[in-house]
Amino acid sequence: MHAGKGIAILERVWPVLVLVVPLMAVVVLADLYGSVMFQRTVTDALIKIVLVVGLYIFIGNSGIVSFGHIGFAGIAAYFATWMTCCAMMKPITMTGLPDFLRLETYSLWSTALVSVAIAGVAALVIGLVLMRLSGLAASISTLAALFIFHAVYANWDSVTMGRASIVGVPTYVTVWVALGGAVLAIAVAWLYQISSYGLATRAARDDEVAAQASGISLYWNRLIAFVLSGMVVGLGGVLMVHFQGTISVNAFYLNLTFITLAMLVVGGMRSLAGAVVGVVVLTSVADVFRRLEAGVDLGAMRLSTPVGTQEMFLAALMLLILVFRKDGLMGRRELRLPRFPGTGQGREAP
Amino acid sequence: MRNFLQVMVDAIALGSLLALVALAIGLVFGVMRLINFAQGDYITIGAYALVVPAASLTPTLLIGALPIPLMVAGVLLVVVMLALATERVAFRPLRDSDPATLLISSFAVSYFLQHMIMLVHTGRPKSIGIGQALTTPIEVLGLRVPGIQVVTMGVTAVLLIALVLFLKRTPMGIQMRAAAENFQMARLLGVPANRVIAMAFVISGLLGGTVSLLLIVQTGTLDIRMGLMPVIFAFFATVIGGMGSLVGAALGGFLVGVSSVLLQSYLPEGLRPFRDAFVFGLVIVILLVRPKGLIVIGAARERV
Repeated sequence: MHAGKGIAILERVWPVLVLVVPLMAVVVLADLYGSVMFQRTVTDALIKIVLVVGLYIFIGNSGIVSFGHIGFAGIAAYFATWMTCCAMMKPITMTGLPDFLRLETYSLWSTALVSVAIAGVAALVIGLVLMRLSGLAASISTLAALFIFHAVYANWDSVTMGRASIVGVPTYVTVWVALGGAVLAIAVAWLYQISSYGLATRAARDDEVAAQASGISLYWNRLIAFVLSGMVVGLGGVLMVHFQGTISVNAFYLNLTFITLAMLVVGGMRSLAGAVVGVVVLTSVADVFRRLEAGVDLGAMRLSTPVGTQEMFLAALMLLILVFRKDGLMGRRELRLPRFPGTGQGREAP
Repeated sequence: MRNFLQVMVDAIALGSLLALVALAIGLVFGVMRLINFAQGDYITIGAYALVVPAASLTPTLLIGALPIPLMVAGVLLVVVMLALATERVAFRPLRDSDPATLLISSFAVSYFLQHMIMLVHTGRPKSIGIGQALTTPIEVLGLRVPGIQVVTMGVTAVLLIALVLFLKRTPMGIQMRAAAENFQMARLLGVPANRVIAMAFVISGLLGGTVSLLLIVQTGTLDIRMGLMPVIFAFFATVIGGMGSLVGAALGGFLVGVSSVLLQSYLPEGLRPFRDAFVFGLVIVILLVRPKGLIVIGAARERV
């Protein structure tokens, strides 16, 4: 009986382990043998995993495509900047900040917690309004929300310095910190997915009418998913700003929205493993193209692809996936514990 | 009063431009439930077609060097071909997808085209002087109005009338309206789906090319993001007007243009930089109050 119980537990945590353990292995290798450049690529990919898994929590479970989540990453990142950045310059350059932000600098831990909470509050406020909508109307309003975020932060000169970059944010995000963030995001997403709330949200995704008839509130369940995913995406934003050390409002706009969405689409919008796989695949592709753009030596010739091919390839790949494999590389499956023949393998997401 | 009239002229000129873009988006949405974000890149590419690809900041003219009628025809042709190509390659295989997937795919197309321009023309803004005679103000009823604003309003009026005549009087137009009303039923009754959809893209290309020319005369600069703001506002204009309704799209375009200029003129000083946020906020409010937009068509299959 003990063995059976062990297997049952293993079965529950397997889909997380199978994602986390390879990531850990890559991080260990990068830390031991990788060049600085490689370590930065891995760190960047891990942060993207936080963002994309955050997106997945809402999009995958509710079935509503959101174009606005990067705004929450921006909100959290700016808050983290205000709490930690440049104690000398802040009182002069960001005069509009309230005193507790303008004059004080906070510890990194409390900053991360508070910033993620702020992203959650923003998601709650916006979600309270938007979750009344469904389908395309909901998607469009999330896009409107992203534009509102951008219009406000790009012009709120007294606290964000407008479109200019703020430099001098402390950089503490190493490859290990990013790994911690990614593991946390994956764990949160999985716990949510197997919780009753996640189940209810997916039921509403698959059949709104039947779910409502079974007593499931579309509004509240989607709102929970929206806030949770807003917070995880916010965590991604915090990691991003403490990795790059600078922040500008255009970093949290259409390009990042598109790239994270592309990762989710390529991996598979309806699978947590898909979110992670999508990031890994597209990061690898981007890395290959980065090397090609830098130039490849072929005997006497030096070939390099022009700048921009990487993005064009990415867009083309995304279109191909949408046309030929709509559910992404992972389909709708999670990576489950292999079973004895004939039982449960490869079934739909839980 | 004079000041108010001046503001209204600005508002209507901007509204006309947005109405043209909104009509293009609305037309395509009507026949295939696709919100085509790449419409902005049609506009950008139309403008870039005027010059020779080069890194120079004041590039040599290409199509722009032709006599005016040929130049206009050339730009329109380029944009129409582009619109047809995107339809054939990217959107046709996705025709049966749900609107959200189509929206994502149009983002992908837009991203592709944007970087294609960057690859060919480099990403730096360029200046170009075409039709500068049109920017000098002319005196109308005691108001000084830039000529291009008059042209914009005139062109919009002409195109609106032409479009209405096309949709009401020609067999193709009638088929298009039938397809917008109920695509399946129209197909069953013998409306050729491919031709109708291709026609919608042709018209969206014509409208896009027109907007590129109007924009380039107005601003005199080429920028790879020049189509972005018009398309964002026009996109929300179609949402406000009611997706799939052409009257709604035109109306929404005017509404967004007018409210944007009015907010710019009459918002308190401190809030003016946030004008766009108010316009986008308006979109959310309208979606909440009337999820199908101001003008609801019978065929609104999805709640929009």
